[in-house]
Amino acid sequence: MYDILFWFFSIAMLVCGLLVIANRNPVASALFLVLLFVFLAGLFVLLEAFFIAAIQVLVYAGAIMVLFLFVIMLLDIKASERRKFRALGVVGGIAVAVAFVWELVIILTRPLKPLATGGDELSGGLEQVVKPLFANYMLPFEVTALLLLVAMIGVVLLSKRELK
Amino acid sequence: MTSAITLNDYLIVSGLLFALGIAGVIIRRNALVIYMALEMNLNAANLALIAFSKFNKLVEGQILVFFVIAIAAAEVAVGLAIIVALYRRKQTISVDQLTTMRL
Repeated sequence: MYDILFWFFSIAMLVCGLLVIANRNPVASALFLVLLFVFLAGLFVLLEAFFIAAIQVLVYAGAIMVLFLFVIMLLDIKASERRKFRALGVVGGIAVAVAFVWELVIILTRPLKPLATGGDELSGGLEQVVKPLFANYMLPFEVTALLLLVAMIGVVLLSKRELK
Repeated sequence: MTSAITLNDYLIVSGLLFALGIAGVIIRRNALVIYMALEMNLNAANLALIAFSKFNKLVEGQILVFFVIAIAAAEVAVGLAIIVALYRRKQTISVDQLTTMRL
């Protein structure tokens, strides 16, 4: 059952990824990206990272993609999207991707040994993830909050007046 | 774990997703779709981190992914604001026409 779910989520996710970059219409691309995030959350659940899976659906599929769709609807993209892909770009992109995958296969055909430095079996529930977040990683957590504030102010500034 | 799925399988899936993201960034001309492909790259890295975290029984990987997601949210907000500002100025988001900084 685990194996079937793994292959289902993986293949569905990769097909969605292919459709994101192959689709002419940016709205369709964005919707396939939402689907990709949902399948990725499924993989996270298989890896027993339940909290991260919930965050993935809430933040990525919920907030970020709504932002994307808002911007797509805001801009009139239809006119600029009729152009054909450039042959050089397509060939170059596929070549780089194939080279990357080839390199990956060379590395990963040897089995990796887990470090096994950790302690008990990971449950990935809320408590196990959030406790270190508020104990050992308090400072990065607060800095992230500050970063979000800075980003928010930056966005307001960027959208208030024309770029000089 | 009784399953036949190993760390390598997860890493290969993550690598394939990353390769798709790279190909998307290079192939597409639409700045918004390039941005979506970049998000795919980030998510491929997240998948690798979670897989390492699971198979090494360390919770730190999941915490790192938590921060990556938070920063990705900030990054998307700023990036999309920049794209909207660019569109208001140049009336296009095709990277073929945004050549002001080209030598």
